[in-house]
Amino acid sequence: MSLYVNSQRSWSTRAGRLLAARPRRIDWPLLSCVLVLCAVGALLVWASTASDGDPLESTQYLRRYLVHVAIGLVACLLVASVDYRVPRAYAPIVYLVGVVGLALVLTPLGEVINGSRSWIVIGGMQAQPGEVAKIGLILGVAMLLGEPRDGEHAPMTRDVLFSLVALAVPLGLILAQPDLGTAMVLCSIYLGMLTLSGAPIRWVIGLICCGVVGALSVWWFGLLQDYQLARFATFVDPTADPRGAGYNANQALIAIGSGGFIGTGLFDGEQTRGNFVPEQHTDFIFTVAGEQLGFLGSSLIIGLFAFIIWRTLQIARECDHPYGRLVCVGVAVWMTFQCFINIGMTLGIMPITGLPLPFVSYGGTAAVANLTAVGLVLGIYARDRGFG
Amino acid sequence: MKTRRRAAHARHEARRPGRFGLFLAQILVLSLFAVLAGRLWYLQVPRAEHYARLAAANHTQDLIVPATRGQIIDASGVPLVRNRTELVVSADYHALLEQEDGGDAVLRRVADILDRPFEEVRGRTRLCGPTVSRPCWPGSPYQPITLAEDVEPRVALQIMERQDEFPGISAQQQAVREYPGADNAAQMLGYLQPVTQEELEEREELRARFSGVDRVGRDGLEAVYDDRLRGEPGVRTFAVDNHGNVTGIVSESAPRPGQHLVTHIDADVQDIVEKALARGIERAKQAGYPADSAAGVVMDVRTGGVIAMASVPTYDPEVWNGGIDQETYDRLLSKEAGEPLTSRALQGQYPPASTFKVASLAAAVENGAPLEQSYACPSSINVGDRAFRNYESSAHGSISLHKAIVVSCNTVFYQFGYDMWRADGGTRPVANPKDPMPRMAKGFGFGQPTGVDLPHESSGRIPDRRWKQEYWEATREDSCKRAETGYPEVAKEDPAHAEYLKKVAHEQCLEGHVWRAGDAANFAIGQGDVLVTPLQTARAYAAIANGGTLYEPRVGKAFVSADGRQVERIEPVVAGRLPIDDTTLTYLQDALEDVPKEGTARGAFAGFPQDKVSIAGKTGSATIVGKRESAWFASYAPADDPQFAVVVFISQGGTGGAAAAPVAREIYDGIYGFATPADGGAAQQGADGQTPPGRVGPPALPGGRPPAELPTVRSDGTVAAPEGYEK
Repeated sequence: MSLYVNSQRSWSTRAGRLLAARPRRIDWPLLSCVLVLCAVGALLVWASTASDGDPLESTQYLRRYLVHVAIGLVACLLVASVDYRVPRAYAPIVYLVGVVGLALVLTPLGEVINGSRSWIVIGGMQAQPGEVAKIGLILGVAMLLGEPRDGEHAPMTRDVLFSLVALAVPLGLILAQPDLGTAMVLCSIYLGMLTLSGAPIRWVIGLICCGVVGALSVWWFGLLQDYQLARFATFVDPTADPRGAGYNANQALIAIGSGGFIGTGLFDGEQTRGNFVPEQHTDFIFTVAGEQLGFLGSSLIIGLFAFIIWRTLQIARECDHPYGRLVCVGVAVWMTFQCFINIGMTLGIMPITGLPLPFVSYGGTAAVANLTAVGLVLGIYARDRGFG
Repeated sequence: MKTRRRAAHARHEARRPGRFGLFLAQILVLSLFAVLAGRLWYLQVPRAEHYARLAAANHTQDLIVPATRGQIIDASGVPLVRNRTELVVSADYHALLEQEDGGDAVLRRVADILDRPFEEVRGRTRLCGPTVSRPCWPGSPYQPITLAEDVEPRVALQIMERQDEFPGISAQQQAVREYPGADNAAQMLGYLQPVTQEELEEREELRARFSGVDRVGRDGLEAVYDDRLRGEPGVRTFAVDNHGNVTGIVSESAPRPGQHLVTHIDADVQDIVEKALARGIERAKQAGYPADSAAGVVMDVRTGGVIAMASVPTYDPEVWNGGIDQETYDRLLSKEAGEPLTSRALQGQYPPASTFKVASLAAAVENGAPLEQSYACPSSINVGDRAFRNYESSAHGSISLHKAIVVSCNTVFYQFGYDMWRADGGTRPVANPKDPMPRMAKGFGFGQPTGVDLPHESSGRIPDRRWKQEYWEATREDSCKRAETGYPEVAKEDPAHAEYLKKVAHEQCLEGHVWRAGDAANFAIGQGDVLVTPLQTARAYAAIANGGTLYEPRVGKAFVSADGRQVERIEPVVAGRLPIDDTTLTYLQDALEDVPKEGTARGAFAGFPQDKVSIAGKTGSATIVGKRESAWFASYAPADDPQFAVVVFISQGGTGGAAAAPVAREIYDGIYGFATPADGGAAQQGADGQTPPGRVGPPALPGGRPPAELPTVRSDGTVAAPEGYEK
């Protein structure tokens, strides 16, 4: 009973302290960069979906995007404002929610959208458990690798093996969808975190070797879907089949290239307005930036991402606790991987994979997940500052 | 102990997960993003123009809006070629594509009301390609696809009124060429055909101006003045999305209608010439001649303008409308149908026969033969080892050059040719032979294209020593072979002719290069290897008439803009002057004036009011081995104030006086509104002039002159005749 009262009191006092201290404890550069990206995302989603018709219909994607971002920001600030050890405590739950969601995708609740079964629909609401799984994995792996046993400074073999299991479960479910893009994100998050966790380097090298052998055997035994192979073939030579798999890549290049230095102006790109680039409010949204905002606007977006990730890693460097550090690393790797693949594919230097651009692409679950991840990083920064 | 601690500390530092590792990670992240930024720069700055070009090609589509083609009208404003609209049913390719069944149901209904098989209608909506053969659509999918041409208004109305049943289908009016004169002047007017891929590739500048389904002038005036008549098509540039759906209009330029072409042609005179030729052929056939083809030219001697030009057989150019079928096309090119596409007037090459004597006389006089002197006209003379005879071996004793022309005495001219040949050294020519005859012939414009504004003109042939040498070199091998083998294929039917041919081949093989006395003599009366076109003859006689100016014949007289505001005259072009002095010319004119009065054309012009309009002319009867003689009459009128040159040629139609001159007379009758005897005057020889008049109408050219003023095109496109020429 007294415990209960005590914890109640401690919660309220902590919250009070937080509110008072918030201006000092929020990493404003990071948060404002994310907010700017969300604003840019809102404009681009609007520009790529606006039609000449009814204004209500014309702005429906914009309005939904703003709702997603609003929910995401609430989640972000909520996560940021509590002690990062609280979410750590909930890490197993978040992880389990992600895994159960992924499992549900494979049940009749799952829905096939754009060739992969990555969605669950409950009561008209769509959600992508894959996004939840990313956060779950980061928290789970950070817990397993970031809290070395007494007397050790780095995770031991047993920790690594546990963490591998933590990776394997969602990975297997995602590959069953199949969603190669998200699977690659999970692998890279895990590899990044493992590398920087201080775990024996042989594990890292060994896993990479396993990955390479695995990839080769997948190729060799023809386990990839035809469309996936076609995407990779197209990546090697985008002009090979301009109306087929190379069409997307080609049109994306044309859209970005024709934007030039200053762009065609927001709402004004013929290439994107004519729907030549597919999926342009989601995976290919960077082409809208490229065409309509030109080099000036698009390079600003790249710069913002670079800063956000650099900043995240900086917070990791300044964090004394391995758990917090690993969470930051996980978030940074996640963002880096998705940004580089997403922007890279529109620029013709990466194969076409169905990964959205964080903060900018239209997509509810992703927006909430990305902003929650930012909240985690902000929380770690705040604690770090707060408690030294 | 101390070292152990230090080692542990070092180990601790080393394994302490990485501040350094995180620093490296930061560097890695920044470099990755630097790569993205660099790539972005490359695409958007140095390569921007390249992609902008690709983008522009990507999302616009041009629709060519053809301009209204200009009319071709005659000198008094009568349309020779105009535009008629017909109703066509067409389909919108994309609208069909968007329907659930790809438009099958709609097309079935269309096929039903058009009363055509569904497969054909469906087939027409496919885009032509390497694997798609006709019926298919050769044009752009942004152009309305023609499903049926010349449909009844009832069908068109049904389609337009029940649009809910026929989505994507429309009926509209389309312009096609119409020829009010039917088959008159068909070869001269020409025709239109869809532009071919080859033509587009050949003529770079055309590519921008054609949609691939447009028609281009393929012959005659339609071809020569294609650029003027065509106008500038409008281009409507659509913005399209990735499905080809039109999302808006980027730019639009209105079509600029083509200019009208006013010609020197007079539709009435043209009609008179066509009909007179037809009757002339009929008469010749009745007289037992093959009369396989004919040509007639009426030229304005003061400008070289072509007032009428006809070629028989002819055809109705309507056959080209709506895509000619193979059968009709083959027939147009066939020998049996008389190759009606060929204009005998400017592509036919025939020996000019006695009409050529005007050049021979001039050559002889310029070469020193006195005008005022008598020349012997025996029935035959010996040239080399052969006797050259007069027509029907008539003899006229000692006559003047005037009379030599009037009675068409061959022997006088044989002698001239022979004498000049000898003066040049005969078979062993002097270093620089004067060759007065070929020189004069070329001075009269023979042996070269006249430069008329019509395509495919023949140049004729004026043979001389050099031509013979070249011809021999080109044909020697064949001749020598034939001299050996003979002509067995001819021998089966006509052994005598085969023997003759073999002898000729033998001679050709041995000494075909030698310009012999016989060649020179034949040349002088326009026989042998001399070939001219009726148009060349008309121009030469026009030059004699007008005092010696050789014009480039012109059919086109002026271009008038569609609204009639701008007028651009086609000025006469002088090609040269006859190389003879005025005395000779006047002498020649006098002689020619007597031919229809007391000479070889006397019969044909019996009863013609020569006191009102004096005709000057010359008959000719051309002989070609193995064929019946062909009739010529070359003339001009009025002799005292020349306006028109009229040349008539009937292939294998008889003598010039009997077959060609009556046709010319009928033409003059028509121009001046005189009465023509019912039988065309052919049987008039010796008659009393009591024959009842055939056609009597108002003069085709009031006042006996072609109009000097141009017809007026009003802003609404209608045409008013020049004053005094209203019809």
